[in-house]
Amino acid sequence: MSTAEEIEFRRDRLLRSLTEGVAMASFLGVAFDRRGDELTATLPYDGKLIGNPFIPALHGGVTAAFLEMTAIIELTWKSVWQELGEEQGLRQADNQSIMPKTISFSVDYLRPGMPRDSYARATVTRSGRRYASVHVEGWQDRRSRLFAEANGQFLMPGAHE
Amino acid sequence: MGSSSENNPAETAEWFLRHIRFSREIGMRVEGLTEGKAVISMPYDARLIGDPATGVLHGGAVSALMDTCAGLAVLAHPSGPDTAATLNLRIDYMRAARPGLRVTATAECYRVTRSVAFVRAEATDDAVTSPVAIATGTFTIQRANE
Repeated sequence: MSTAEEIEFRRDRLLRSLTEGVAMASFLGVAFDRRGDELTATLPYDGKLIGNPFIPALHGGVTAAFLEMTAIIELTWKSVWQELGEEQGLRQADNQSIMPKTISFSVDYLRPGMPRDSYARATVTRSGRRYASVHVEGWQDRRSRLFAEANGQFLMPGAHE
Repeated sequence: MGSSSENNPAETAEWFLRHIRFSREIGMRVEGLTEGKAVISMPYDARLIGDPATGVLHGGAVSALMDTCAGLAVLAHPSGPDTAATLNLRIDYMRAARPGLRVTATAECYRVTRSVAFVRAEATDDAVTSPVAIATGTFTIQRANE
């Protein structure tokens, strides 16, 4: 493997180590697509994700869960990437002690989640040693046409509660 | 949330149980339904774990329970909404739900206008009485006769 390939391999392995233990993500079918340090969460459509069968539309709880896990993984990923360095980050990820805890999460439902694939990206708007604020946007067919957005506050790992 | 054929609480709950696919998928159960109030529980489920180090349920699982319970409370409001769709749901997490225990949500639709319903909800487990999470939600509603 070339050095460049090795770096990408290590980055992908690091990302996998953050996400693969999260059972809720596998249950919903959520995966993360990485380009450099930018992550896009994907939620492939599945019949079990439906809430309202008559429209039909994704369950509001599924949308909330999707956006919340996007926020948590983005936050973990960015703190591992920027503050710990990759190698240390990997070790930390192995013992899984680096998950931030949700303090508060607020979801705006802008339009029904249609029975098709969904995507989400999170932006860490403020990140400190103890707390972080994250904004998340969810869309389906068109990036500019959001079906849901959310804001969350998180307690960082290691911070005193 | 979708339409309920009758404004009879028992029928609303029954309709609800049959049709909300994701709620059925994760084993939600209606524990109680009176005018504008709903109680729904769900079992601890390893598929819904958020933090592998602790086995604590993902916040999103609690969101799904809260959203479902709040929506049902709206449909059970005496003003008779036929449909309810979530506009906003905000959840504050006070503590982690204890792994292995059922989580129960109680929701009250305390105010309804012509097109908006306001709900507050609380989730607890059987460990201690202090809540796991508290939620406030707004729903857009429609009545068939309007």
